[in-house]
Amino acid sequence: MMSMNTYEIIIVGGGPAGLAAAIEAHKGGSQKILVLERDRELGGILMQCIHNGFGLHIFREELTGPEYAERFIREMESLGIEYRLDTMVLELRDDRTVDIISSEHGFETLQAKAVVLAMGCRERARGAINIPGTRPAGIYSAGAAQRFVNMEGLMVGKRVVVLGSGDIGLIMARRMTLEGAKVLAVAEILPYSGGLTRNIVQCLDDYDIPLYLSHTITNIEGRDRVEGITIAKVDATRQPIPGTEIHYDCDTLLLSVGLIPENELSKSAGIRLDPVTGGPVVNECMETSVAGIFACGNVVQVHDLVDWVTEEARKAGHHAARFAQGQLKEGSPDLVTRAGHGIRYVVPHTIRVGNLEQEVDLMMRVTEPCKNKNLVVRHGETLVKKVRKVHLTPGEMESIKIPVEKLQGLSGELNVCLEEVAHEA
Amino acid sequence: MKRELICIVCPMGCHCSIEVDATAPKGYTFSGLTCKRGEDYAIKEITEPTRMLTSTIRIEGARLPRLPVRTSSAIPKERIYECMGMINALRVTGPVSMGQVLIKDLFGTGVNLIASRSL
Amino acid sequence: MIDITIIGGGVIGCLIGRELSRFQVKTLLVEKDSDVANGTTKANSAIVHAGFDCKPGTLKGKFNVEGNAMYDRICGELSVPFKRNGSLVVAFSEEELPELHSLEKKGKQNGVPGLELLSGDEVRRKEPRLSKTIVEALYAPTGGIVAPWDLAIAAAENAMDNGMELRLDTEVVNIERIEGGYRLLTAKGDAIETRVAINCAGLYSDHIHNMVAEPCFKIIPRRGEYFVLDKSEGNHVSHTIFQCPTPNGKGILISPSVHGNLIVGPNAEQVENPDHVETTAAGLNAVREAATKSSPDVAYAAVITSFAGLRSTPDTGDFIIGEAKGAPGFFDVAGIESPGLTSAPAIAVHVARLVRSFFGNLTFKTDFNPVRRPVVHFSQLPNEAKAARIKKDPRFGRIVCRCERITEGEIVDAIHRNAGATTVDGIKRRLRPGMGRCQGGFCGPRVVEILARELHIPMTEVRKDRPASVLLTGVTKMGAGG
Repeated sequence: MMSMNTYEIIIVGGGPAGLAAAIEAHKGGSQKILVLERDRELGGILMQCIHNGFGLHIFREELTGPEYAERFIREMESLGIEYRLDTMVLELRDDRTVDIISSEHGFETLQAKAVVLAMGCRERARGAINIPGTRPAGIYSAGAAQRFVNMEGLMVGKRVVVLGSGDIGLIMARRMTLEGAKVLAVAEILPYSGGLTRNIVQCLDDYDIPLYLSHTITNIEGRDRVEGITIAKVDATRQPIPGTEIHYDCDTLLLSVGLIPENELSKSAGIRLDPVTGGPVVNECMETSVAGIFACGNVVQVHDLVDWVTEEARKAGHHAARFAQGQLKEGSPDLVTRAGHGIRYVVPHTIRVGNLEQEVDLMMRVTEPCKNKNLVVRHGETLVKKVRKVHLTPGEMESIKIPVEKLQGLSGELNVCLEEVAHEA
Repeated sequence: MKRELICIVCPMGCHCSIEVDATAPKGYTFSGLTCKRGEDYAIKEITEPTRMLTSTIRIEGARLPRLPVRTSSAIPKERIYECMGMINALRVTGPVSMGQVLIKDLFGTGVNLIASRSL
Repeated sequence: MIDITIIGGGVIGCLIGRELSRFQVKTLLVEKDSDVANGTTKANSAIVHAGFDCKPGTLKGKFNVEGNAMYDRICGELSVPFKRNGSLVVAFSEEELPELHSLEKKGKQNGVPGLELLSGDEVRRKEPRLSKTIVEALYAPTGGIVAPWDLAIAAAENAMDNGMELRLDTEVVNIERIEGGYRLLTAKGDAIETRVAINCAGLYSDHIHNMVAEPCFKIIPRRGEYFVLDKSEGNHVSHTIFQCPTPNGKGILISPSVHGNLIVGPNAEQVENPDHVETTAAGLNAVREAATKSSPDVAYAAVITSFAGLRSTPDTGDFIIGEAKGAPGFFDVAGIESPGLTSAPAIAVHVARLVRSFFGNLTFKTDFNPVRRPVVHFSQLPNEAKAARIKKDPRFGRIVCRCERITEGEIVDAIHRNAGATTVDGIKRRLRPGMGRCQGGFCGPRVVEILARELHIPMTEVRKDRPASVLLTGVTKMGAGG
């Protein structure tokens, strides 16, 4: 057996989460850090997201995906942090060893004091949503189409229907239009769009692309290449309503039907996953159920803004460095967070108050769009924090910061829920 | 003339309308908006709407066949297709660095077309 | 002149090709699509049946049991994954018991080994996820699972290694009789002259037959729709679970696949022509409803894809195998519906025998090698072997498909082997990139790139499957104002 290479921190994934975690771990005093990236360059999915809108919170300016990534890549390189490209992690174990392969270095097993998972997410596939019809060429996930169009300079089709109003789908509707394709419609099964309003206005309305809410695809035609698509309105149980069909002659279907955290490796290490987020259950330090394995970014929960990925990753990187230096207090959590009325999930799932430095940042999504509610955190009947929210939608992550003083001495459940706003004089 | 808009200043996404009214303080009357910033957005949107344009251009001598580009700030909305024409005709040879100006002063607006990554 | 031309590269044509490659004859296999195994072979239940439900005395009954017994050896020689997982036919009520017992009786007459009747409780001890309503079941230990396309591709490759020629994208549109044989006219406009022609054209075998001989059978395509579930559900059952058969077929089954997924289906619906390979909401619902009877808690949320396949059902009720009447040297191997896959190895041996006697005698090659060069499944190698493999060929160090852990080295090998992949579906069928959870979202663009590079074609010419299944419609920078 070869001698095992050891690192203080190994970061799996060189996208926005991995980059920010690495930089922050370095700032936290970790010397020997290794970032493992499976693609041919750093930056992850940002490299194909050539549209603007990244960095408003972190940099106070509007950058494109590659620009946002390049700033972090430069910083990481200037700090001399080691990284490997074209390198795949085959297995992660709960003793914080990883098996990796690459063309350059072959098969290796590495040992880390702390591991940060930053593998991101993947797109949901067609099968998972069961569209009846044929299986011809011309059906792409929005992300695969984005890679072909933006990085390879290849067109995936000429007449396009988009299923799902997630941001990537909206962005691709505009991109395809500007490259000369005709985007005929965007169909969304929910009664509201999962995408940002800004993208609906600037990607669809600007180009007269109709958005059909409460609609889904009921049939795909074409033996070899897509030849036609039928959409129909759905009822409250999401079943198509006969007689509401609209047919399009088209050659392409883009699917933007949601993202799922990529947790195959987490599973191999026996890390506990949250069935709602699809990501690991994490504590206040973004540490998973396996001690010393941290997680951040879309592998934990699918974020709507990369800025929040960066923030979460900084937290994971910071605490991974603390763990590697023996500064984290192990032990069972004081508090467990719970998603109450109107809340789909809360991250982190558990809190060890003793490890909090200033505050805990609870991140969450609501179950459905609503206006004028109080976002409330309670410990039993005691109010811990209340924030008035004018507008809430599942497409936008909410967060509440709670100062450590307010949690001192508490144990048990921390309940997060939506409450009606009392009529005030 | 009355125009229907969706405000994009904040996540509220107010469905609103704006109408020329010389007697009103800003020269317009509004309905459906809930803040002052929304009013300014609506005025800009009907008088001189602008958009950032992001795209790619052909690049040779680089690892990829396309280089992502963007306008350094927003350009008049009605110039977007014209600008795409210029972008489509443009070819560069690598290496190019992020922020490098590829077309100077688009349509005399002072806005440049810049590379949005190094390649 | 070619000695023998096989029309159709399904599992039947490919296995016949392999049998004939044992002899010193010039054998050609023509396939209308861009890959072998591209019709019925790629979309069926993938079951090696024990053989208890065929009517004794039929060709189906004979070849099923013979074919089943040949699977261990042939899959061993061709390195095709095959597992005898055993099958269970379940009965939900007393009314179904006579049918179940008659299956047992037929099975014994057909010579199916090891059949056993189990009580409802015994069944549930074997398969805890099965319905409480099951009263009795017929257990057949020789039932198995295989990937039919793996078998067909491997057989074609091994046949080519032994001298067979394969022409893809070669559709036979007419056949003329010539002195001492036949002239096959292709859609491309060329002609193939052959002494013997073997009709293995599956769904089109009646058309091919009618080009040469008097019509005597008709193929009625019957569609079956299926769900494929994620590997997380692959252990839902360990045996293949059938329901009592109906006149429409063997009914809905639930089975692990040999690659570790769970497969549920098929329904049975007659369709007008062999192009109807679309799934339908009604069909998939029917599958789901019927399968719920066997196992009430299949996790359909874990469905990763659905597909439809066509059975080439003959109007004669049995396989049609033999020389066509009035057409010496023209052999039909038609109407090969279930249990066609199971019967295929035995049918191939039988047809080779017929052809051999047509020629009077054929000499065996002395250098015939029945063993296919093994395929490297990188993810299944022990760590030391992984390291060694990458050292030998660095392309094995690059994972292309993340879900199925497939390396660039494996993809390149799948392209350059005999009967290699020429399309994205061809790669998928051989190696399964794009068959995992993301269904090709991540690896799709990379696979297109590798195919283009290895086949020396532009990326825009890489196809999903048949020639019209264009993936990329052009390049960017040609649009608005460009």
